[in-house]
Amino acid sequence: MSAELRRATAAQLRAGFGSGAFTSLEVVDALLGAIAQEDAALGAWLHLRTGEVRGEAQRADDAYAAARASGAEAVRALAPLLGVPIALKDLVNMVGTPTTAGSKILEGYISPYDATITTKLKAAGALILGKTNMDEFAMGSSTEFSAYRRTVNPWDRERVPGGSSGGSASAVAALHAPLSIGSDTGGSIRQPASLTGITGLKPTYGRVSRYGIVAFASSLDQIGPFARSAQDAALMLHAIAGSDPRDATSSALPVDAALLTLPQGDQAASAIKGKRFALPKEYFVAGMEPGVEAAVRAAVAALQSAGAVIDEVSLPTTEHALATYYIVAPAEASANLARYDGIRYGASKHGGGDLLDGYLATRGRGFGPEVRRRIMLGTYALSAGFYDAYYLKAQKVRTLIARDFDRIWSAGYDAIVAPASPSVAWKFGAKMSDPVAMYLADACTIPTNMAGLPGLSTPCGLSEGLPVGLQLIGAPWSETGLLSIAAGYEALTADAPWRAQEPTDLAALGGAA
Amino acid sequence: MSKLTRAEVEKVAALARLGLTSEEVEALQGDLNLILEQWARLAEVDTSSVPASAQTIVQVMPLRDDTPSPSLSVDAALQNAPARSGDFVRVQAILSEEADG
Amino acid sequence: MSWEAVIGIEIHVQLRTATKMFCPCAIPAEGDAPNTRTCPTCLGLPGALPVPNRTAIEKVLAVGAAIGAKSPATTRWDRKNYFYPDLPKGYQISQLDLPLAEHGSIAVTTSAGSGSVRIRRAHLEEDTARLRHEKGADGTRASLIDYNRSGVALLEIVTEPDIRDGETARRYAEELRLLLRTIGAADAEMENGQLRVEANISLRPSSDAPFGTRVEVKNMNSFRSVERAIAYEASRQAEVLDAGGTITQETRGWDEGSETTYTMRAKEDSHDYRYFPEPDLPPLDIDPAWLAAIVAGLPELPGTRRARYVSELGLTEYDASVLVAEPRAAALFEAARAAQKELDAKLLANWVSGEYLRVAKEGAADPDPDQFAALVAAVASKEINGTTAKALFAEMITTPLNIREVIVSRGLGQISDTGALEKIIADVIAANPQAIADWKAGKQQAVSFLVGQAMKASKGRGDAALLGELIRAALDR
Repeated sequence: MSAELRRATAAQLRAGFGSGAFTSLEVVDALLGAIAQEDAALGAWLHLRTGEVRGEAQRADDAYAAARASGAEAVRALAPLLGVPIALKDLVNMVGTPTTAGSKILEGYISPYDATITTKLKAAGALILGKTNMDEFAMGSSTEFSAYRRTVNPWDRERVPGGSSGGSASAVAALHAPLSIGSDTGGSIRQPASLTGITGLKPTYGRVSRYGIVAFASSLDQIGPFARSAQDAALMLHAIAGSDPRDATSSALPVDAALLTLPQGDQAASAIKGKRFALPKEYFVAGMEPGVEAAVRAAVAALQSAGAVIDEVSLPTTEHALATYYIVAPAEASANLARYDGIRYGASKHGGGDLLDGYLATRGRGFGPEVRRRIMLGTYALSAGFYDAYYLKAQKVRTLIARDFDRIWSAGYDAIVAPASPSVAWKFGAKMSDPVAMYLADACTIPTNMAGLPGLSTPCGLSEGLPVGLQLIGAPWSETGLLSIAAGYEALTADAPWRAQEPTDLAALGGAA
Repeated sequence: MSKLTRAEVEKVAALARLGLTSEEVEALQGDLNLILEQWARLAEVDTSSVPASAQTIVQVMPLRDDTPSPSLSVDAALQNAPARSGDFVRVQAILSEEADG
Repeated sequence: MSWEAVIGIEIHVQLRTATKMFCPCAIPAEGDAPNTRTCPTCLGLPGALPVPNRTAIEKVLAVGAAIGAKSPATTRWDRKNYFYPDLPKGYQISQLDLPLAEHGSIAVTTSAGSGSVRIRRAHLEEDTARLRHEKGADGTRASLIDYNRSGVALLEIVTEPDIRDGETARRYAEELRLLLRTIGAADAEMENGQLRVEANISLRPSSDAPFGTRVEVKNMNSFRSVERAIAYEASRQAEVLDAGGTITQETRGWDEGSETTYTMRAKEDSHDYRYFPEPDLPPLDIDPAWLAAIVAGLPELPGTRRARYVSELGLTEYDASVLVAEPRAAALFEAARAAQKELDAKLLANWVSGEYLRVAKEGAADPDPDQFAALVAAVASKEINGTTAKALFAEMITTPLNIREVIVSRGLGQISDTGALEKIIADVIAANPQAIADWKAGKQQAVSFLVGQAMKASKGRGDAALLGELIRAALDR
């Protein structure tokens, strides 16, 4: 029973709670039990709300019991995620809980307020199990830059889960939660989703409020779900999307109710027929692993056999997206991280010598090596005499990147299909010594962020026994369409042998505890 | 583009208020110069008639009505302060040489 | 040798809003306990975001229109990056190259005549926290931070280097303050720090010579100190240059006690603020219809009003400027004129700038304009005398009065009836033989004494001029 509850999707949990097949408390206990047994090896979690969440589950079960007494309509009327346990990446503020953003500089910090998405998730009935590990301030592609702990990939304990949302990805892949929240500035949802074999969605910039999310790069950051199905990702997007008077960059567009009931099964599969997909040649870069390319091309072939039209296209500015990103994101980050000065909160080294020494020591010791590297890059890009050559130039190239994508949507394509990552999960330490090689890990995801577009990664097979993700990129605000295509692809490949394969080190995690 | 000297790296670190060890400065000098080589390639892109984009999905700026909402309690506002003096946040003496903008 | 001073003025003024610039915290009031007006946004907590205050923007657009400035079709905010304990985010949200208003001017009248000061730009930014300095028992020094003021909306207005002397600088600052108060953009109380003036001063040998090295002067806490500090600093620089020295670029403070400036900070490396567009805020389009509505809502501006009072109402330049200098006074004057259209404007102006402004400066509430007009009208028609009118005015600012009713019910009407007054005079003369003797001895003051006695006997209602006349006539008899 416990193992089945761990495998259930959010949609299945909601149905089971409603029918009384099982309770939220049973699910919460099953997950907490798994976490207690396996997280020492997995390393996904930074903080658990063990004490509070069982009471919240009990209250959800009471609400279901009362609704069942009033009939099916009352059960349907309950909040869409009522009693469903979820995880938050540790950069989402939740009142009364620690928020570290994976950094020593926020050690001991307790949030005095809720992020807008925290408020929305509570309103949707979700139960927040805890906070997950991440690269410090979301800067990284492997979660190795967490100041706290190493998160392993449940497919291979010797390998990274991707990043920066590695904790949230591994937690969902290892069946510690059906859903989790990640953030994606340059690929930090799609890339770890790809490396851990789950679904991850980065919505259109502005779709989800950023209020209460520890900022990395304000014009790029976007919050999104990890799930084990397209429908589950859609349920969570529905819960967190929508305009927010506290975020001036959030969109006023209404949230699409169709997210609650995506087409499923044959209906979803047959909807692939007639869809037009663009396959950009620049995404099959030199250095892409042959096994990844083979899996992605097989997925494209499956879509084609289902009646989709596939055209190879060119997005010529793709090769410049990485450099553009590594100017814009560090520049914004250098300002966003200026507030960590040890005066109002966080680890402080003030108090010894003079004020300047207090700043230098607090920030020099509080930030880890990758964060320091990016602050240096950003400070330099904005400094007097270099602004035009670097920051302003990058903003102009950014315009060109967005125009490349606009041409695809003007030509009527429903989505771009591409790999989400040029490689499968790599071994710990493999990319730590060369920042330029490490930054290439995000080459397939970064252009989307530069243009603000929605993108998702959905599992499309294995290479050397490790998951590969198919990336779907859409026009602004096309999340429902992208998720429906992903649901169609899930249906088309429902019987593929790789779908039956569970994370290979899942069983070993418990043994290691 | 020319390479960053050690002195330039130290100047940027001072601007960013990052206290670095000598080894860290040296490592950063190497890393930054590698990354700068990548940046330099952007100079090849013709952007002569291209406007800059600070954001690519641009919203209409929502303006807020001038109506007060409750503030945080003093305790909530200061709960994370490393040093307090009564209901003030405390920090060691501010030197007159420091810029105040 | 003689030097020409070149002066530019930078003014920061707190806008009159209910909430801060980028968050809905209430504006702190005098006496608020520290750190009681804060939220995640103005504390710079991780994850908090700014959303601009519409009223603050409208007030700056109104100021721009009032000084004849241009506003851009699209504006935006920028981050100005520097570290200081009063700046919680490590950057200030300000405006660099698209200020809300540019290229305006303000007309200024000084003892030397009339002129105008060009305004380069006016932009909207956020204030910093307040620091208080403390020395601990162990001798360590510390700063105490109160974030109540962090994020309050600030308007920064920068002039071109058009000013040549301290008096013009002072008049410019006073006229700008009056404009801000008239259009309701700010209260601009200098003593509360709501308006802060900084001056950049340099000298050059002639008006066609290049600008000299400039010194920034701060800490001028009144308009008088603006004038004096600039005069002092210009003469200090002249002395240095005359002695063959050079001026150091620096920031100097004005010391009110010694009436001198002193070095606050030597010039450090020029700041590298690393401005870039604020990515948390989309650009703001300034809709022409929105701007037009703001312009249409502007009240009559001080310069226009002064000119009208002189040309249409026949007030002196001085009276007009006294009335207009205090927006509450001008408002009372306008409202009273509206209530009593035939009222003599000069008499009304005298009452507003005399009695009213005297009590207003002591913090009294404004009188009801209709009743105030009725009071001045009763004086104009000689229905009541000045003594009665002043007593009624003192009463009406604390207690609502119906002037017409009170004059009748209390029998306050001025006694101008010769017969009635002569009766009173006869009694007074009979009761004061010494005064008669004095008068006979040639002491003219005896008449004033007797008028006073007769006024007292009339319970203050006698027509003072008529009493004097009648007493002289009686004594002559």
